[in-house]
Amino acid sequence: MFEVLRTGPLALLQDAGRPGHAHLGVTASGAADRGSFAAANRLVGNRPGAAAIETVFGGLELRVLRTALVAVTGAPATVFVTRPACGPFGLPAHPVAPLNGAGPSTGAGPTTEAGLTAETGRTAVFAHPTDRSFVVFAGDTLHLGPPDRGLRNYLAVRSGFAAAPTLGSRSTDVLSGLGPPPLAQGMLLETAHDVAAAHASGSWPAADFVRPATHIPRAGEPLRLSVLRGPRDDRFGDAGWRALLDAPWTTGSASNRVGVRLESPIAVEPLPDGAGELPSEGMVAGALQVPPNGQPVVFLRDHPVTGGYPVIGVLTEASVDRAAQLRPGDPVRFVDRTE
Amino acid sequence: MGESAILVELPDAPAALALYRRLRTAQLPSVVDVVPAERTVLVVARPGSRAAAERWLLQAAAPDAPDTIPAAVTTTSGSAPVILPVRYNGPDLAEVADLLSLTPEEVVAAHTGELWTASFIGFAPGFAYLRAADGRLDVPRRSSPRAAVPPGSVALAAGYCGIYPRESPGGWHLIGTTDAVLWDAERADPALLAPGTEVGFRRAD
Repeated sequence: MFEVLRTGPLALLQDAGRPGHAHLGVTASGAADRGSFAAANRLVGNRPGAAAIETVFGGLELRVLRTALVAVTGAPATVFVTRPACGPFGLPAHPVAPLNGAGPSTGAGPTTEAGLTAETGRTAVFAHPTDRSFVVFAGDTLHLGPPDRGLRNYLAVRSGFAAAPTLGSRSTDVLSGLGPPPLAQGMLLETAHDVAAAHASGSWPAADFVRPATHIPRAGEPLRLSVLRGPRDDRFGDAGWRALLDAPWTTGSASNRVGVRLESPIAVEPLPDGAGELPSEGMVAGALQVPPNGQPVVFLRDHPVTGGYPVIGVLTEASVDRAAQLRPGDPVRFVDRTE
Repeated sequence: MGESAILVELPDAPAALALYRRLRTAQLPSVVDVVPAERTVLVVARPGSRAAAERWLLQAAAPDAPDTIPAAVTTTSGSAPVILPVRYNGPDLAEVADLLSLTPEEVVAAHTGELWTASFIGFAPGFAYLRAADGRLDVPRRSSPRAAVPPGSVALAAGYCGIYPRESPGGWHLIGTTDAVLWDAERADPALLAPGTEVGFRRAD
């Protein structure tokens, strides 16, 4: 159990979403960067769809009320734990109840997991790398700093976070408002029972550490997004498609879980006979919608189920995860992956 | 459409609805979502199952496909229409009458006199785009949208009738209000109106 001390700009519960309701006007929603989300659950031995916290620009601070195994994935960020009233070797001064389920550091204490970086008076500070599980003890405070690059982080806890599901999912859909409310200061977060089933360990083995699931380039380097042409590429012709691939795009500030706006001096222009209105049609995550100003919007997981602007291309699933890590100002290039 | 979806184009809304019904009734395990719209049906496959969904879709959509689904399923929903009582007190009723060169009374008579069908759902959970067979009540969107439309508002625009499930911004002409709950996530059927549902309106006052 945790108490929320600070949320940063936006912290939401997300799981695998609620697919299967699009015909009722409900979008699938779910973790914006699915690869990083799945990795977080794997690191703590959860079933793949257990609810985790999704943060934007870090800034999350949780007081730990019960000892727990946690992991942070996603954008490279500073994660540290402050532990008051610290005993020898950085262990809590009070007796620690054994973990239920064998965490990798049970009994050994956190010093084998992370370096003891500072000891200020009686409070110790432990830095923890991302993409690795670690144990936090009752009384600790867990801090997630702003990422060096990229945007979103996932904090998973063994057993998953609890919340009343809506249409089978604990994801917050920012477009329709379905799902649990955003995290707020003072909120208590309980854990659920979403551990991985023993028989599933073959395809979903627990791991102590993982490679970063989603590639985030160094600052200044463009993020490359793989795009498949269509279905409405005929409205833009080869010239429009080339403009999309050749233009240096910049991530706009008006971006959220619904979509990422891209900006460039070069516009993706429709053909003279392709400018007419399009009847609303079904949308998917990764769809590149081109409004009349020629500046595309990349739809993320909370996209509307239907839309009326033509879709020139659709990102690959892996590139939807990458796009979810774009922060305002980040450069973007599209790579044609049409077969 | 991307790695896992297929967008099927159809000649009109009834054809899209008919294909949607066939696909939903068939319930292919490799398909996650079937999304009807004005002239398309979007089929979203499970990751890695797009090829299987496409093969099956070609079979199911072919004109000479063996009809494994009874004809009745593909033409009507098979259940009685949902009847919604409406108070025709909307702020745009007079303007709608002017646009159509009718009296407000005649607009109400046309609205209650037709059977409407939910073509597809969009904009918000449970917001159905209702179309009538004779399409008399065809008005454009308002020139300036409202920042907040109250829930239960019955509205007309672009050849459709819609009912706002909850308070939201909106650009449609408001002709009345209903107390019916269009969306309730806690209900077994959260959306009162699903694609294909037939709707009749009755004057409440």
